[in-house]
Amino acid sequence: MSDLTRMTAVEVADLIARGEVSAVEVTRQHLDRIAAVDPRVHAFLHVDADGALDAARAVDARRAEGEPLGPLAGVPVAVKDVVTTRGVPTTAGSKILEGWRPPYDATVVERLRNAGTVMLGKTNMDEFAMGSSTEYSAYGRTHNPWDLGRIPGGSGGGSAAALAAYEAPLAIGTDTGGSIRQPGAVTGTVGAKPTYGGTSRYGLIAFSSSLDTPGPCARTVLDAALLHEVIAGHDPRDSTSIPQPVPPVVEAARQGATGDLSGVRLGLVTEFSGEGAEPGVMAAFRDALDALTKLGAEIVEVSCPHFQYALPAYYLIAPSECSSNLARFDGVRYGLRVGDDGTRALEEVMSLTREAGFGPEVKRRIIIGTYALSSGYYEAYYGQAQKVRTLISQDFARAFEQVDVLVSPTTPFVAFPFGSRTSDPYQMYLADLFTIPTNLYGGPAISVPCGLSDGLPVGFQIMAPTMADDRMYRVAAALESAVGTLTPPSLEG
Amino acid sequence: MAAISRDEVAHLARLSRLAVTEQELDTFAGQLDVILQAVARVGEVTAADIPPTSHAVPLTNVLREDVVVDCLRRDDALAGAPDVAEDRFRVPRILDEEA
Repeated sequence: MSDLTRMTAVEVADLIARGEVSAVEVTRQHLDRIAAVDPRVHAFLHVDADGALDAARAVDARRAEGEPLGPLAGVPVAVKDVVTTRGVPTTAGSKILEGWRPPYDATVVERLRNAGTVMLGKTNMDEFAMGSSTEYSAYGRTHNPWDLGRIPGGSGGGSAAALAAYEAPLAIGTDTGGSIRQPGAVTGTVGAKPTYGGTSRYGLIAFSSSLDTPGPCARTVLDAALLHEVIAGHDPRDSTSIPQPVPPVVEAARQGATGDLSGVRLGLVTEFSGEGAEPGVMAAFRDALDALTKLGAEIVEVSCPHFQYALPAYYLIAPSECSSNLARFDGVRYGLRVGDDGTRALEEVMSLTREAGFGPEVKRRIIIGTYALSSGYYEAYYGQAQKVRTLISQDFARAFEQVDVLVSPTTPFVAFPFGSRTSDPYQMYLADLFTIPTNLYGGPAISVPCGLSDGLPVGFQIMAPTMADDRMYRVAAALESAVGTLTPPSLEG
Repeated sequence: MAAISRDEVAHLARLSRLAVTEQELDTFAGQLDVILQAVARVGEVTAADIPPTSHAVPLTNVLREDVVVDCLRRDDALAGAPDVAEDRFRVPRILDEEA
């Protein structure tokens, strides 16, 4: 039996559809792989082996009955632990939700089930998706398969590491400031943030509601596009869901793979001209630009003068929304309760519960958000950040009058060693320098591997206009056809 | 000059219902000062006449048809609660003894 864990989702689905391999066999191989390597990688917080094998058996039964199967039927998928899964533990990487089993599925999970994909389990993440290294998980760190002494990115480090370690061919992430794209970049995998409102937030444990976006993670652009198509589309249960058809992302990925970018204009943001990025990252980025030029693309320099204020604006808006959203963790309806000894009043029990249940980064952000929203500071901080958000969106709109997509490195630095940015939280925030503008604007963006710097993966980011997700898939697939996919060092032996 | 003092952090922690320790206050005060000085850069932008953006999608008043649909069952809603009594969420007393 060939190693099914090394295949793409497209290849696996094709073998299952043709009856050459069963979905159960595919699932077993991935569960075996998890058992073999996850003690060292720690991508998963929970493996649902029984649920996965049941789902795989159901696919095999449907195929035996001659029922039509979807394009990803029987393909295993790992799901970030911030997404609710009915009856399957969901913690968002926090002690405050330890042992919680949600009573409902998120819309993206419901759509994964309806498509016949097989959920392997839940992946590790920075607590409540706040972080860029997965070191802020309450359940231990995830190791980058490229170098086990380095971070896998964050907040979705578990999903990205699961792909790079061949524990799953597909994964779900969520992107609020880069939490799909930056882990994709530093693990040499593909991560796409759809247009805000293009994928449903129903069932995501909310961090920053005006920014949170679930999206696909994979090892190839086409696999990501197929997963995107499965999870995207209007959902009446999310009031910010866009009632429009899903952009033709799969078609665009196939078109891009032909390697022809004639007439496509790529915008190079003047304000992102390398300041703050490692030389090795910039070198790989420039090589990728050359490759895209050879495919026919035209490079146009565009100015987005307010992008330099994106990071400060984001680190006011996101903590403000988080301080409000995380008020729901009060020790009443779910999760941890601490100090309820019969003598203490509710407010004290709440404060002790939240103190014990939240980690340091979550506490910092709650405090900053409370500060930015307090009367006297509101206009100067939160109000001003919202105005800067408008100006950033206007920068994007003007840029897209001149070019089809914007391009940049995904993140300024390659995977860094554990512990190197946790003592100074602002150093961690800088990982999001290039990813954040898109979140504030609400458009789609993708990270695709473009090469190595000192033996570690570098990601290339493509940003597209709102609801033009197909454009970024076309360019990403073309780049992939030129530079190929990256293969991490073996975890065996 | 520091953007935020240790006392202010302590006050904000109380407002946020976080029973932070003295040691955490020492650490957070310095870290939050660095973060606030950095994010205060939004003040450099001239934006007096610019409308604020609260949301990327300009949708308002999204309503659904007024029809009864399935909702969470009581037992499912209570299943994850730390304390349940008589089919309800049980909470610690709300008022202080002297109140």
